[in-house]
Amino acid sequence: MNGQMSARGRLLTDKTKSSRGHTRSYRNQPLSAFLLCVTVTAIVITVGVFLLLIGYILVKGLPHITLSLFAFEYNSENVSLFPALVNTLTMTLLSLLIAVPLGICSAVYLAEYAKRGNWLVSIVRMTAETLSGIPSIVYGLFGLLFFVTALGWGYSILAGAFTLSIMILPLIMRTTEEALESVPDTYREASFGLGAGKLRTVFRVVLPSAVPGILAGVILAIGRIVGETAALIYTAGTVAGIPGNLMGSGRTLAIHMYALQSEGMHIEASYATAVVLQIMVVGINALSGFLARKIAKG
Amino acid sequence: MNHIKEKGASILFLLAACACILAIVLICLFLFANGIPAIAKIGPLNFLLGREWKPGNDIYGILPMILGSVSVTAGAILLGVPVGVLSAIFLAKFCPKPLHKVLSPMVELLAGIPSIVYGFFGLVVLVPAARKLGISLGMGGNGSSMLTASVLLGIMILPTIITVSESSVRAVPDSYYEGGIALGATHEKSVFFIVVPAAKSGVYSSIVLGVGRAIGETMAVVMVAGNQARMPAGLLKGIRSLTANIVIEMGYATDLHREALIATGVILFMFILTINLVFSVLRKRVKS
Repeated sequence: MNGQMSARGRLLTDKTKSSRGHTRSYRNQPLSAFLLCVTVTAIVITVGVFLLLIGYILVKGLPHITLSLFAFEYNSENVSLFPALVNTLTMTLLSLLIAVPLGICSAVYLAEYAKRGNWLVSIVRMTAETLSGIPSIVYGLFGLLFFVTALGWGYSILAGAFTLSIMILPLIMRTTEEALESVPDTYREASFGLGAGKLRTVFRVVLPSAVPGILAGVILAIGRIVGETAALIYTAGTVAGIPGNLMGSGRTLAIHMYALQSEGMHIEASYATAVVLQIMVVGINALSGFLARKIAKG
Repeated sequence: MNHIKEKGASILFLLAACACILAIVLICLFLFANGIPAIAKIGPLNFLLGREWKPGNDIYGILPMILGSVSVTAGAILLGVPVGVLSAIFLAKFCPKPLHKVLSPMVELLAGIPSIVYGFFGLVVLVPAARKLGISLGMGGNGSSMLTASVLLGIMILPTIITVSESSVRAVPDSYYEGGIALGATHEKSVFFIVVPAAKSGVYSSIVLGVGRAIGETMAVVMVAGNQARMPAGLLKGIRSLTANIVIEMGYATDLHREALIATGVILFMFILTINLVFSVLRKRVKS
C-alpha cells in the first residue's frame, strides 16, 4: 500500500488527482479536511478581493470615461486627464533614458567583467538591495532635498525623472544581470574563438541575446513609474498642465488622480482616471509577462 | 587603439556599477544632514517619545506616528499573512494546472496595481463599510480608521507574500512530500507538516518583505487612515502613519517644522534599514 501511494505521488505531477483520490477518506481525517478547507478559503478570499477590486473600479469608472476627459487643455470644467497622460509619457521616457543605460552598464560590469568574489560586487549588490527596499516617500524626500533644493531645479519634470530613475535603477540592474547570466557561455566562447574582443562580444553577442529579459525588466519599471505618487508630489509638483520645458512642473496621471480625489469635486473623473491608470498597468504587465514567457521558451 | 577602447569600456562599466553606491551615499547624506540637527534641537527623547505633535507650538513628538505605523503594519500582517501564506500553499500544492494559469497572472496583476488605485478603492469601498460597522457597534467614527488602513494594507501585501512564499514552497524537494505520503500521511498533512516547515525561512522572508511594504506605504494609507496626529485610540479611530506625516505637512512646512518632517523620514529610513537587515539574514539562512 505504501509503495503504491509513493509511486502515485511520483507519477502524478498534477496534485489534484492525488488529492481527489483521498476524498473518500476525509470522513476519517478531520484534520486533513480542515486543512483543505482553510487553504481553499484563503484562495477564495484572494480571488474575491481581486475581483472586487478590479470589478468595482471598472464598473464605476467605465461609464464616466467621456471624450471631454481627453480634451487637449485642462480646465476645471472638463477635468481633462490628457495633460497628465502626456506628462506621464514624458516622465517615463526621461526616467528610462537615465536609468536604462546606467542599469545595463552596471549589470554588464557585474555579470561580465567583475571577477568572482570581488568585494565591489558584493557592496553593489547590497546597496542595490537596500535601494529596492526604500519606500517611495523617502525617495520623494531625497529628491526634494537634493534635486529640487540643493541643485535648485525647483519642482520640475526633470527633478521627478531623476528621482524615479534612482528608484528603478536596482530593478533594471537586477533583471538585466539575470538576463545576461542566462546567456549560455558557449555564445561568448564562440565569439572569442572568432577573434572578437571582450567589448565586441558583449555588445554584438551577449546583449542582443539578452534583450527580451532586459525588456521585461524595463517594462516592469515603466509600471512602477506610471503608478508612482509619493515620490513625485514634492519633486515634479502638481501643476495640471503640460509644462513648456523639462524645468517646469507637471503632474502625472497618478498624481492627477490623487489631486482630483483630495479636491473632492470631481469624483466621477477620479473613477475614470482610475480605470485609465488600471488599464495602462494591466497592459504593461501583460506585455512584460509575454516577454518573460518568450525567454522561458528560449 | 583597441586596447585603449577595451580598457576605457571596462572603466566605464565599473563607474556605472558604482552608481548604486553613489545613490545610497547621497540619500543617507542628505537625509541625515537635514534630519539629525532637528532631532538634536528637539532632543532625541522628546522627539521619539513625545506624545504630542503640534507644529504650531513647536512641539514635535512622533510617538503617535510611530505607534500608528506599527499598529497598521501589525494589523496588515495579522490579516494578510494567513490568507497570503495559505493562498501560496494552495497555488504551490493544491492547484490544478489550468487554474494556476489563471491565478498566477492574477496575483502578478494585484502586485502591479498602483497604490493610489488601492487607496481609492479603500476610500470608496472600505471606508463606508467601516463607518457602517462603527455605527452598528455604537462606536461612531467616520470610517477612516486604523481598521480600514490595516485591511487595505493587508490586501496590498498579499501579492508580495504569495509570490515569495509560493516559490519557497515549490523549492522544497519533492522527496519530502513523497516521504510523507509513503508514511501514510494524507496529501494535506504531508504538505502542511513536512513541506511547509521545510520552506519556513522563505515564508518568514515573505513576511519581512510584507512588513517593509506596509510600513513604507504612503498614499493608500493617507487616503483611508484619517490622519489625526494623536495617540492611537482604538480600532475604529483614525491614526496617522510616519509616511502620512511627511506627505501631508511637507507642502507648507518651514524651518524647524520642515526639519522635523525630514527627521520623521530618517526614522522611517531606520525602520526600513532594520527590516532589510533582517531580510538579508533570513536569506542567508535559506542559502546555507
